[in-house]
Order: sequence, then structure tokens, then C-alpha cells
Amino acid sequence: MKASILRFVLKRIALGLLTLFIVSLLIFAVTQALPSDPAEAILGREATPEALEALRADFGLDKPIVVQYTNWLSGVLTGDLGTSYATSTSVSEYIGPRVGASFFLLLIAAVGSIPLSIVVGANAALRRDRKFDTTSSLVSLILAAMPEFVVGTILTIIFSTTIWQLLPAVTYLEVGAPPWSDMKGLILPVLTLLIAVTPYVARVMRAAMVEVLESDYVEMARLKGMNERTVLWRHAMPNAVGPAFQVIALNLAYLAGGVIIVERLFNFPGIGSALADAVRSRDLPVIQFLALIIAAVYVLTNLLADIGTVLVTPRLRTRLK
Amino acid sequence: MSSASGLRIIDLRLNVAATGNDIVDGINLTIEKGRVLGLVGESGSGKTTVGLAVLSHARRGVEVAHGQIFCGDTEVLALDNEAKRKIRGELVSYVPQDPASSLNPALRIGKQLIEVLEAHNFGGSDEARKARIKEMMAEVLLPTDDEYLERYPHQLSGGQQQRVGLAMAFACRPSVIVLDEPTTGLDVSTQEHVLKTIRQLTRDHGVAALYITHDLAVIADLADDVAVMYSGRVVEQGEVSEIFKNPAHPYTRHLVAAAPDIASKKSIIGLTGRAQSPGKRPVGCAFAARCELVEDACRVEFPKMVLVGGRQTAACIKATQVASVMISSAKPVSARTVGEPVVELVSVSAGYSGNTVVHDVSLTIRKGECLALVGESGSGKTTVSRAIGGLHREWTGSIRLNGRELKTMARQRAVADRLAIQYVFQNPYGSLNPRRTVGDSIVRPLVIDGKSKHDARRSVLEVLDKVSLPGSYANKYPDQLSGGERQRIAIARALVSEPEVLVCDEVTSALDVLVQAAIVDLLSDLRRQLGLAMLFVTHNLPLVRSIADEVAVMSEGRIVEVGPSESVIGNPQQQYTQSLISATPSIERSMR
Ligand SMILES: Nc1ncnc2c1ncn2[C@@H]1O[C@H](COP(=O)(O)OP(=O)(O)OP(=O)(O)O)[C@@H](O)[C@H]1O
Ligand code: SF4
Ligand SMILES: [Mg+2]
Repeated sequence: MKASILRFVLKRIALGLLTLFIVSLLIFAVTQALPSDPAEAILGREATPEALEALRADFGLDKPIVVQYTNWLSGVLTGDLGTSYATSTSVSEYIGPRVGASFFLLLIAAVGSIPLSIVVGANAALRRDRKFDTTSSLVSLILAAMPEFVVGTILTIIFSTTIWQLLPAVTYLEVGAPPWSDMKGLILPVLTLLIAVTPYVARVMRAAMVEVLESDYVEMARLKGMNERTVLWRHAMPNAVGPAFQVIALNLAYLAGGVIIVERLFNFPGIGSALADAVRSRDLPVIQFLALIIAAVYVLTNLLADIGTVLVTPRLRTRLK
Repeated sequence: MSSASGLRIIDLRLNVAATGNDIVDGINLTIEKGRVLGLVGESGSGKTTVGLAVLSHARRGVEVAHGQIFCGDTEVLALDNEAKRKIRGELVSYVPQDPASSLNPALRIGKQLIEVLEAHNFGGSDEARKARIKEMMAEVLLPTDDEYLERYPHQLSGGQQQRVGLAMAFACRPSVIVLDEPTTGLDVSTQEHVLKTIRQLTRDHGVAALYITHDLAVIADLADDVAVMYSGRVVEQGEVSEIFKNPAHPYTRHLVAAAPDIASKKSIIGLTGRAQSPGKRPVGCAFAARCELVEDACRVEFPKMVLVGGRQTAACIKATQVASVMISSAKPVSARTVGEPVVELVSVSAGYSGNTVVHDVSLTIRKGECLALVGESGSGKTTVSRAIGGLHREWTGSIRLNGRELKTMARQRAVADRLAIQYVFQNPYGSLNPRRTVGDSIVRPLVIDGKSKHDARRSVLEVLDKVSLPGSYANKYPDQLSGGERQRIAIARALVSEPEVLVCDEVTSALDVLVQAAIVDLLSDLRRQLGLAMLFVTHNLPLVRSIADEVAVMSEGRIVEVGPSESVIGNPQQQYTQSLISATPSIERSMR
């Protein structure tokens, strides 16, 4: 039983790594195929052909593409991410702290939004067609329809500029400083991300919960004399979170993308702003690594969701060989 | 109130909350301790609604309008929510229809059992509760070891799940128990065990049991009293022997006449039409539209319960005369003529991805004859019928149509062979396209075949007539039809290709007994008129005697006995057939 779960997990991890490998191929192919020349982007239009040639050789851009890819991949695997074209510093030094900061942002948003959306969704299902349900449905529909930059802007207007001046409109976080050193500056970015995902997950949770609450086994639990708390937590919830896991995973992956916009908006020194800068300066090593990181987040959340779903669903769990 | 009465329902009415229309009304029932009352009636008549009310529960959208329900001395409808919760599972418990969906898939069965005891603080200590669980598991004939209690519901068979449901219901020693079709969907031998357990537990523990079912034979076998529901009302009640020997309400009479019986060769008689749903029910007797004794007085007000004799009462203004007026007009069962073989199976074996589930089956279906293929679930009946229809890929052996060898799959067969064998499916709901009119569904095979529109249209009217539906039905959509009408359409669709062979797979198992009888009647007529060879696949043994000339009994993929249905059912030679037949409840046997 235990061994079978372990085997399943290992198999999923292997599958995830394979996915990442294929993604790395795609990333490399696409970024190399970008129309503009990084050497030209850095040296400008007036650069001499010799200078351009020298720079290209420096970056290894003159080697065959397969060699470039294997060099890059072995670099990634050994922790040597190459040198940023734009800043001439090592990519790991440049990106490392930003990745940490973004992960921190993502983590608080996830830790906040998962329980919040489960509680809101479950409550709406329990009070189906009553006030809490209709209000939360309406509010979540409106919020889900708004893009992050609108939400972020509205929050800024409310909390830091026009109405109240409670919170900073931008983050004053030094690159490299621990993200929690500017707690106040974190509030608005986190809130924006929360609002971006919670409504959606809450709606899915509500739908899953409504279905479970209508099920024969929940009716049976009531007819056995279980109190409402037990009915909800023991009989309904475990059957509703399985399907919700998948949606939560998709949304966390989406958060990894949404973080870019939010970071720009609040000037938060994370991967989002780094990526935007890198794209502007055709800084290939940085773009490639960040794309890989975002893909890894995607693969990881889906992996966790799949494992989680299997663990909470006995029918799936006992089927493992 | 006498101390002997376990359950008393007084003038109960439940409404659809949104409209105020009655779902059930005027329900009065009494069940004494240690007795079983069988509540019968067709689908939608309100049986479950009454059963749930006994636990002071109404489904979403349903509300109690008035009435009282006493479980012992407790009036359960008057309790507040917390008190209701306390009596559920302790004073009165419920065994649901579908054990598979009523056990929580995410919880181990041991947990689901013990939590009832915990919720009612039964036994006082964990050890006492564990001991009680083991005691209950033993009483319902399930293993008592810890490994078994650690299982999840999906790791149990249907019969085992239902016995867990029973163990759960009896765990706190309730004084009233409601069983809602607890054996529907179980094989007869499993059903026999479950019924025995129920009988034993109710007698031993002096429980008043309300047993809901649409199967009259089960009631005859198990219950002491019967109440018959029609359109939300109890139309007749009394002791089992009174009701089955001398039904006094025309509806009950029809029910009994329509019920096939394993103990006799009886031609079952159906009845067309259907009961109206809440809100559309007529004033007066709800059965009036289908009753051959109807007169103007019937439509004035709901007929009062009349004492017919003994403890038997019936809600019909003619209750005391019904017996002498309604003589069952059974058609004579036509004499058997031995026709030419149309379909022959020789040593057919079949399987799924290398796993053989049907072994060496040889059968002959003759012109104008019906061969019934019976067996418990999983015995391979459907696999055989699908192989004949060319719907199954993995089979070996030989299937011949009029002496010609048939190809494995329908699409490899010649057009004429394909049209000659038609298949009618089990589920009348799933087999018709909801977006197509009935007429379109019927002509599809013809249109594919290249017939002109005009000809096709005429054929539709012809086959509708054959299945006794008016031509106007061609323009209806499936959701505008009742279950029986849909099954007629499915048969019409098969007939339109003028087949020689009709393969019917469990075609009546989703239908109420009156409708079932009407469909069986229709199939027998068609067989005679059109000289069809028919394979009738069913798990319903009693039905075999009423429809089939020949029967083949299947068990674990093999034919264990085959022969004329009269001799196989009346005088079975194989032990397996004998055990099947003795496990099948029968009205006649119970009344002897
Ligand atoms: N929640 C509901 N809201 C409104 N009407 C309902 C509801 N549930 C059931 N009904 C209606 O009440 C009637 C009785 O339903 P009920 O389930 O009690 O019948 P039943 O005799 O148990 O049928 P079956 O044999 O199919 O289980 C049906 O006409 C049904 O359509
Ligand atoms: S009351 Fe009239 S319509 Fe109703 S069952 Fe009796 S005779 Fe038939
Ligand atoms: Mg029911």
C-alpha cells in the first residue's frame, strides 16, 4: 500500500521531469528563433560587424544550435546559468534573489487563497440560494471578470492614493533584501493576487460542494443522525476537495504568470519585472531561465494536485498497484 | 395508544414547497412492533416521500403540510432540529435503495458503522462500540475481522454493501426501521439472504419495519401487512393474505394480474396509461382514467376507505363489488409450434481483452419462438446477445443465420444480415437521441439504407401502429414520453427494418410491473404476427414463464440448463437452477 503510493509518486515525478525537458527544448528553440540579434540589441545599430562578431562569439552564439542547447542544459543542471547579456553578471546572482522574492509573494497568495476559497465556496454551497450564496456569487463573478491590473489600480486608489493613504503604492524593496523586510509593501500585491484567483476557485469549490451535498451518502449521513458539522467536515468535504485540487493547481500556475503583471504594477523586484526587462534587452540567458522556472512551477503544482487527488480519493488510491 | 404499536402515521400530507401541490396526502398507516408492512406502488407514487417523513426528513423542495408520525410514543414531526438528529439512527433508522451511492466513498466502512454509535453515544465506551459493530457484522453474515472493517465501500460487492447498510440501521437497536427498496439491483440469491436477515432482525428485536418496494412477490414473501399507493394516496391496505387473495381496489387487482410468478405459468396482463404527477392530479379517484369500472360518482371526490373485510380497506366506491365484477380476462397462452431454426450458436466463447467470460455456448432460436436467456448479473448474458448482434468483437465459435455463417462484427456483415438481426437495449432513456423526434429516430436505419422520404414516413406510421402508439407520436421528443412509451419506440425502431430476429436485453427491467406486462404482451403479439425469432435476455426469472417457450440458464459464462421453459422452471434438473428458483420469491408460493 505505502510502497504503491511511493511508486506512483516517483512515476509522476519522472513524468514531470520529462515534461520539463520537452519544455526546455521548446523554450530554447523559441527564444533562439526570436528575430532580433542580442548582440545588436546590446551594442546598438552603429556597432561594427567585427564588434558584433566578437560579442556573438563571446556569448557562444556562433556555435551550432545543438551545442548551444547542450551547453545551456548542462549549465542549468550544474547550477551555472551563464551570464546575463544586459548586466554582465552571473544569471544566478542576478535572478536568485528575485526568484526568492516572487516565490514568497506566490506562497502567501496561495496560502491565503486556498483556504479562503474553500471556506467561501463551501459556505455558499451550504447556504445555497440564500443571501451569503447570492452575494458571494455576484461578488466573485465581478472580481473574476476584472484583469489584475484593474484590480491592482483600484486597490491603489482606495488604499494608497485618492481615498486613504494607508499603504505604499509601490514596494520599496531592495533587490536581495528578504521580502519580509517590507511587509507593508507586500500587502497590496498579495491582495491583488488573492482577488485574482480566489473567486474562481471558490466557484469551483461551490459547484463541487453542491454536488456532494446532494449526494445520497450525505443524505444518509443526516438520516443516521450525524450533526451538521460532521456531515460537512467528515462526509462532504473530503469528497469535494478532490475535484477542487485540480482547479487550484491550474490557478496557482496561473498565479505564476499573473505575478508578472502585479510585480510591474507595484514595482516589486521579482521575476516579473526581471522578465520584462530581459525581454526588452533580448537577454536570452535570463529569459530562458525564467521561462523554465515558470514552467517548473506549472509542472510542480499539477504534480502536487494529481498526487493530492489520488491521496484523498480511496477509489483511486486503492487501485494503485 | 397501545404499547404494541411501533409506528403510526396519521393523516400525513407533504407538498411541493414551491407550488403547494400535494405529493402525498391522507396517509394513515400503523405498524406494530415486530411486524413488516410492505408499501407498494409504481415509480413516483410517493413511497420514498412517506418513508423519509418517518425520519422527519423531507427532500429539498418538499415540505410537510400536516400530519403526525409516532415512532413509539415520540411524535417525530414535532421535534426541533437537534431532537430530530438524535432520533435518526437511534429510534428510527433508514436503509436506502442504492447502497453503492449511499455509503461514503471516502470513508472506511468500519468508520461509517461506528460513527452512528458515537453520534448517539451508544454503548458508553469505544470497546463496547467495537464489540457492538462486530456483533452486527456477524448478524448480517459479514466477516468481523479488522481488515474487513478497514475496507472502503468500493471494495465490497453490492450485496455486501447492502448488508453493511443493514448493520448500520440496526446498530443502535431502533424501534422503527424504514427500508427503501433495499434489494433492488441485487441477484436473487443475495436478495434471499438480505430478506432473511431483515425478517430475522425485525422479529428478534421487535422492530416495526416499513418495507418499500415495487416487487409484489417480495412483499408476499416478507411482509405481514401491505399498503398499496397510487398517485400519492394509499388506495388499499390490509394483511398480505387478504390483499393477494382478494384484491379489492381495481388498481391492486391490476398489479397482481401484471405480476409474473415463478410458481405458475400465467399470462401477465398490462395496463396502458400512467398516473399523473403532483399538480396535475384529477379531482376524485386518481385511478379513474385507467379504471374499467369508472362512473361519474368516482370523479366527485377522493373515495373514502371502505372496510372490505377483516383488516382490509380500500379507497374505491365499488370496493365490495370489485371481486365479482372484475374477472381477469387472461388471454389463453397460445400453443407452441416448433419452427425452423433461424439463429444457431455453436460453441461460442467470448471475452474481454483476453479474459474469457463466456464458455462454449450453443443455442438455437427458432422462427416464431422466444428463447429466454437468464442468469445472475455477470453471468455473461449480455455478452452472448451482443455477439449475436455483432456488437462484440472478441468471440470465437460459430453463429449462423438461416444456415449462413455470420461475421464477427455487424459492420462486416452483409446489409441483409445486419437488418435481419435487431437489438433492443436495456435502457429506454439512453438509447434514443434526445434531440431527434421519435419519427426521425425510427427512420434513421431506413434513410441510411436509401429509402425515399415518402416510403420512410409510411413505414414509421406502420411500425408505430404495430407497437400500439398513435401516428402523432412521430413528432414527439423522447423526453415527452413515459418509460414504457420510450421502450415501445425502441421496439418500433427495431421493427422498421423488418427483422427476422429480435434481441431484447433486459428491456423491461427499468419499468413498473403494469408497463412491463404491457410490453411483454406486445412482444408476444409481434412474435406471433410477424413470426419473429426472439432472444429475451433477463435476470427476472418469473417473467420467463410468461414470455418464453424455451429457456437457457447461464451461470459463470456457461449454459447450465436448457429446455422448454415449463419443464426447466417447473421441474429443474440442475442444482443451480433449483437454487435460483427457490430463492425467487413468489406470491403463489407464499399464499399456499
Ligand atoms: N424534491 C422534490 N421536489 C418536487 N417534487 C418531488 C421531489 N422529489 C420527488 N418529487 C415528486 O414526488 C412524487 C413522489 O416521489 P417519490 O420519490 O416519493 O416516489 P417513489 O414512489 O419513491 O418512486 P420510486 O419508486 O421511483 O422510488 C413524484 O411525482 C416526484 O416527481
Ligand atoms: S373509485 Fe371508481 S374509478 Fe376509482 S377505482 Fe373505484 S371504480 Fe375505479
Ligand atoms: Mg423511491
